[in-house]
Amino acid sequence: MLGYILKRVLATIPVMVFVALFVFSLLYIAPGDPAAVIAGDQASPEDVEKIRKSLGLDRPFIARFAEWSGQILRGDLGRSIFTGLPVAELIAQRIEPTVSLMIVTLLLSVIVAIPIGVVAAWMSGTWLDRSFMGLAVLGFSIPVFVVGYLLAYVFALQLDWLPVQGYTPISKGFWPWLENLILPAIALGFVYIALIARITRATMLEVLSQDYVRTARAKGLAEGGVLFLHALKNAAVPIITVIGIGVALLIGGAVVTESVFAIPGLGRLTIDAIVRRDYPLIQGIVLMFSFVYVLVNLAVDLIYTLVDPRIRY
Amino acid sequence: MSITRRTVLKGAGAVGAIAATGRLAAPAVAQGASVLKFVPQANLANFDPIWGTQYVVRNASQLVWDTLYGVDDKLQPQRQMVEGEEVSSDGLTWTFKLRPGLKFHDGEPVLAKDVVASLTRWSARDPMGLMIKAIQKDLVAVDDKTVKWVLSRPYPKMLLALGKAGTPVAFIMPERIAKTDPFKQIEEYVGSGPMKFARSEWKPGAIAVFEKFKDYVPRSEAPMWLSGGKVVNFDRIEWIIMPDPATASAALQNGEIDWWETPLSDLVPVLKKNRNIKLDIADPLGNVGSFRLNHLYPPFNDVKIRRAVQMALSQEDYMRAVVGDDTNLWKPCPSFFTPGTPLYTEVGGEPLKGKRDIEAAKKLLSEAGYAGQPVTCLVAQDQPITKAQGEITADLLKKIGMTVDFVATDWGTVGQRRASKNEPGKGGWGMFHTWHAGSDCVSPVGNIGIRTGGEKAWFGWPDNPAIEEEIAKWYDAKTLDEEKAIIANVNKMGMEHVTYLPTGFFLTYQAWRSNVSGIVGGPTPSFFGAKKA
Repeated sequence: MLGYILKRVLATIPVMVFVALFVFSLLYIAPGDPAAVIAGDQASPEDVEKIRKSLGLDRPFIARFAEWSGQILRGDLGRSIFTGLPVAELIAQRIEPTVSLMIVTLLLSVIVAIPIGVVAAWMSGTWLDRSFMGLAVLGFSIPVFVVGYLLAYVFALQLDWLPVQGYTPISKGFWPWLENLILPAIALGFVYIALIARITRATMLEVLSQDYVRTARAKGLAEGGVLFLHALKNAAVPIITVIGIGVALLIGGAVVTESVFAIPGLGRLTIDAIVRRDYPLIQGIVLMFSFVYVLVNLAVDLIYTLVDPRIRY
Repeated sequence: MSITRRTVLKGAGAVGAIAATGRLAAPAVAQGASVLKFVPQANLANFDPIWGTQYVVRNASQLVWDTLYGVDDKLQPQRQMVEGEEVSSDGLTWTFKLRPGLKFHDGEPVLAKDVVASLTRWSARDPMGLMIKAIQKDLVAVDDKTVKWVLSRPYPKMLLALGKAGTPVAFIMPERIAKTDPFKQIEEYVGSGPMKFARSEWKPGAIAVFEKFKDYVPRSEAPMWLSGGKVVNFDRIEWIIMPDPATASAALQNGEIDWWETPLSDLVPVLKKNRNIKLDIADPLGNVGSFRLNHLYPPFNDVKIRRAVQMALSQEDYMRAVVGDDTNLWKPCPSFFTPGTPLYTEVGGEPLKGKRDIEAAKKLLSEAGYAGQPVTCLVAQDQPITKAQGEITADLLKKIGMTVDFVATDWGTVGQRRASKNEPGKGGWGMFHTWHAGSDCVSPVGNIGIRTGGEKAWFGWPDNPAIEEEIAKWYDAKTLDEEKAIIANVNKMGMEHVTYLPTGFFLTYQAWRSNVSGIVGGPTPSFFGAKKA
């Protein structure tokens, strides 16, 4: 197992190299000029050119890539063109809100979606099943920002139960932290709940038709035990896979959710960096997200062994 | 540990109990501290007012750095850091004396050498500063409190240059910081203004915090725009960045923020209905919309074709697209200058007035031999103002029979592509939209759009030496009447040349909670004198 983990970690290196090269090339050929954005609308073309030169943006692709690669190898993500602050510091400032949002969304989604999927499969073909699956279609269909605005309108503006926006670090207390995350997590989790619920239902339907389920019932096991202890465990592998894949979905959704709820996370940092063509920052964020995604996939593979003893590495 | 159904139910009950007690207040940063939560027009992505000339940087900088002079609501420069000034009878030597009690946030006194270094850095970037630099013989610190600026020819607009609101503003920094290359960003944010910048709390794109500088000694005069006593009644001002206008609107209604600098005009009716919110015009100097033409290539290298567009262009169409139907927010502007300001003139603006004549425009295009060359319109879709203008332009050009190559893109790309002098079909462009702050259009100083220096002019590179000569005369004008006469000529000549096409004058609202008082309109958000109950 340890050897497998080591191999997988080592395999991330070529992946990261490819991602780095791809992102750098893409940004190099993308239109837009950070120097023009920095200089502002009133700047003369000469001023823009001087700023471009001072930032080193006039140098050829190879020279810039070599310098950036060298920095990365030394563990330095460089400095943001706009703020002048280290990219690592900017990312560190924004990690907590995004990770918090993802964790709360993930927990909420799993807690809500799996029982829905299980019950829908158990009551397959009934009005309850159809209602749940109808809600799932709704979850897929309504954009995150629409759900977000509706939630903010009802629960913040009308009922005044929760704040409209912002983020409070967990160091300032659990409830202030959670209070700011409830609405964003529901908005972001809507599509995720729909996805997990549908996969759970489909997988459970297959498992529930297996002989060992009939046997479990025949020997008098309570229905809850049949569903959640026997069937769900055997349906877990595809569900875990979808949860893993969904992390990418969450990263994408966080960009919109963080904007709607003014959460100062990595999603908004990414958008700001792209709009301003802050190349070092974009590269740093993409590299970090890629690394996280590779790790999530590794974690998913390892969890397989916990739920299915037949899987061995 | 096993999780049972009962454990889960207990947990849910606890959460419900907390919810039932109502929303818990977020912990205060400092108990009893007076905090103003402000949502600025844009993200404070950098904090060097000389290196980056965005207005949001200037607005934040006025809290941290002080200036020698500042303009009042009559656009007249008033003393700020200086106690007095003298100009020699030949107009060649300016001597400035600093007022006592000026101190930087690190405790060091403000000295003449700091002023010299700051003005040196500023003059390398500012259009007026560059003019002064070109005639500068010497800029020295005579003693700790006295600065002498010796010129080779008189520069009557010296005080305006040092106190103007247009970017870059001549902020005074400690010498060690001001010695930074003007094309590189400073890394330390120490000023002598009324607020200190809390560097450790700065999260670009999220929050910027300013804390009261207890040792600041404000002037005794009442605050007025960039002049007067910079009295701050808050211990802390938090700039909270909210990119989504709907969120900012909801946060203001919910009392989570105190002041929103630029409410979207679509959301204003909702805010007006809320009795806890007050609205007023943010900046009476407003903005002038711009239809910028490329004078280097067909079709707009032909003045007849430029005039054809000019006679068909309806400023009302543009303004309704930009700010909606609230007529308090816009007015026609057949001028390159800001309505309501001393130099405003409509002389020569007739082609933009009255009924728009599509047929005459078509006829003029035909006379000019327009052969259907496509007009490459660069339209930034991520800026509501440029997007709205671009859509009107596409319709206008099609109506008069021009071929439109509509390039829907983002502002970052427009910023890069507009600098290209290539042909429109080879990476260049035919026209783009922007807007100029009214504070920049009060005179030729920051009004870059009217310059016609060819290769040295602003994007579009209009070339008309006669207009440039007229503008140069303004810098030497000694009386307001003299200035007005020159500006009338500049406007007339610019309209005839169709240097660019103003698309109208528009204003924006600002909104704040009714427990905040003392907010007045101006070219920058006025924190000085404002209070929160």
